[in-house]
Amino acid sequence: MAKNFDEWNRPLKELEDGIDKLKDFAKKETNPAKKTDLESKIDELEKRRDNYIEVMFQRLGPWEKVLVARAPKRPYTLDYISAIFTDFVELQGDRRGFTDNAIIGGPAMLDGKPVMVVGHQKGRNIQERQFRNFGMAKPEGYRKAIRLFDMAERFRMPVISFVDTPAADPGVESESRGISEAIAAGMFKMFELTVPTVAIVIGEGGSGGAIGIAASNRVLMLEHSVYSVIPPEGCAAILWRMPERGADAATALKLTAEHALQLGIIDEIVKEPKGGAHRDPLEASQIVKSAITRHLAELTPLAPGEIKNERYEKFRKMGIFEVA
Amino acid sequence: MDKSQAFLQCANCKKILFSIEFEQNLRVCPHCGHHHRLPAKLRIDLTFDEGSFQELDTDLRSIDPLSFPEYEEKRKGAEAKTGTFDSIISGSARIDDNPVSIAVADFTFMGGSMGSVAGEKITRTLERAAEHGMPAIVFCASGGARMQEGLLSLMQMAKTTAAAARCAEVGVPYIAVFTDPTMAGVLASYASIADIIIAEPKALVGFAGARVAKQAGVSKVPDDFQTAEFVFKHGMLDRIVPRKEMRSTLSTLVKTLGGNLRTELIKEDVPHG
Ligand SMILES: [Zn+2]
Repeated sequence: MAKNFDEWNRPLKELEDGIDKLKDFAKKETNPAKKTDLESKIDELEKRRDNYIEVMFQRLGPWEKVLVARAPKRPYTLDYISAIFTDFVELQGDRRGFTDNAIIGGPAMLDGKPVMVVGHQKGRNIQERQFRNFGMAKPEGYRKAIRLFDMAERFRMPVISFVDTPAADPGVESESRGISEAIAAGMFKMFELTVPTVAIVIGEGGSGGAIGIAASNRVLMLEHSVYSVIPPEGCAAILWRMPERGADAATALKLTAEHALQLGIIDEIVKEPKGGAHRDPLEASQIVKSAITRHLAELTPLAPGEIKNERYEKFRKMGIFEVA
Repeated sequence: MDKSQAFLQCANCKKILFSIEFEQNLRVCPHCGHHHRLPAKLRIDLTFDEGSFQELDTDLRSIDPLSFPEYEEKRKGAEAKTGTFDSIISGSARIDDNPVSIAVADFTFMGGSMGSVAGEKITRTLERAAEHGMPAIVFCASGGARMQEGLLSLMQMAKTTAAAARCAEVGVPYIAVFTDPTMAGVLASYASIADIIIAEPKALVGFAGARVAKQAGVSKVPDDFQTAEFVFKHGMLDRIVPRKEMRSTLSTLVKTLGGNLRTELIKEDVPHG
């Protein structure tokens, strides 16, 4: 079992590097016969690549989904924001002494209509990752989100949440400032809203850290994203005292979009471009945009009280048990 | 702690205690003040008016929707050990004659973990409070969400929080009592958004369990980290209340915060869930 996306993706990466090299050669090649020869080789390799992707992504197992959901080139919240919305202005601060960079948000326009956008943000290089705290929000992140939810209610703006976090920050600072209360208060506020709310899991839906901004009227998941009560490595550490058995835990936890749909947790699986959202972020954004607008169009005609009640009833039904 | 034995040992200071004295002292060590964990039924007897408790939701049974490794065995084992069907006992009771909707967690049942049944019982407890205009009192004792029910457990955090929001909306007071331990998915949902939060002394209260935190690279922590005293110091609690004062504290709060319910909302003796 591959431990991370790059390891899992290596064969494909090598194939693509080979194609790039050949393309380079072909570009520089002046002999027409040799050029044609190179081009047919490129053609063949590209077919092999497409076939490889087809086969790889046809039946991604739970652990492969975890790896793809964590892919370093996967589009993050800010990528979706810039492709889907206009006029986004990022707002900061919890007004209680702290600022957070793992949850971002602010008002924007969606096809000319005002919305409030909130989401977890990860970083791509070492500095960015540290700046974003690996997408793990501290209490101030949730408290900022609550401010934005309040404004959305006041100014009658639908709320769009992008979920992509391994977990909420578990450190000493976060405990000191009440990370649990902040998450609970985030959900509590979302249940008070009378404007439509739509959440989409774009990468990792990591337990409390995710649900704190995702108690929405509609909850969607990208095809290769995951949503889990506990990170698979943490689950393996508890179950078997072996964090390295994350792949087994991923299977046991049923954390894929298909399972979430079967269990009645989410409303829709949003298809990704061939080979995953990271292979075509712009196309992925267009698909995500059309899913969000479709759900908003269904919710917007409802009266404010109905919107709130619909959300209550949706979550009220969750859970599977027997009545003796 | 076998009641039939005349002596037992304090789990904290290890001193030998007389069983009778220990029980009379509500299972608090007379030497070091350690609050030993209580079974849910005993907690109810010690807190609410004698004979007033009516258990509800007794027909709910957990199943194994994920076919999770060893879940059935663990749950059956817990049922046999505790004689109950899940980690929460819920119903109605009175405290100094005032009706209350209550839920009490039992840590001995799979670490008090919250799966579909526990979440449903907490939700019904809060909904009954909202519907009948009774204050809600919930005693928490849990390691967090029950990972064996996966996402369904995570969603219980949202479901129970939604029910707490209903109480707030209709103006019914909700009191949470953190007993040892109150952690993770339970702390990060219905436990932390109560109107009043009380903890027992030294109760473990925190977001990340030790193993999960270690996995995330959390190492150096203060001595009192994740104790009731630590969270109190950081403003997350209203009071730390010793067990012998718990009943009177709750009763007084029910009287004051619930004082206007009598005139504004209809009370029913026995709510039908
Ligand atoms: Zn002692």
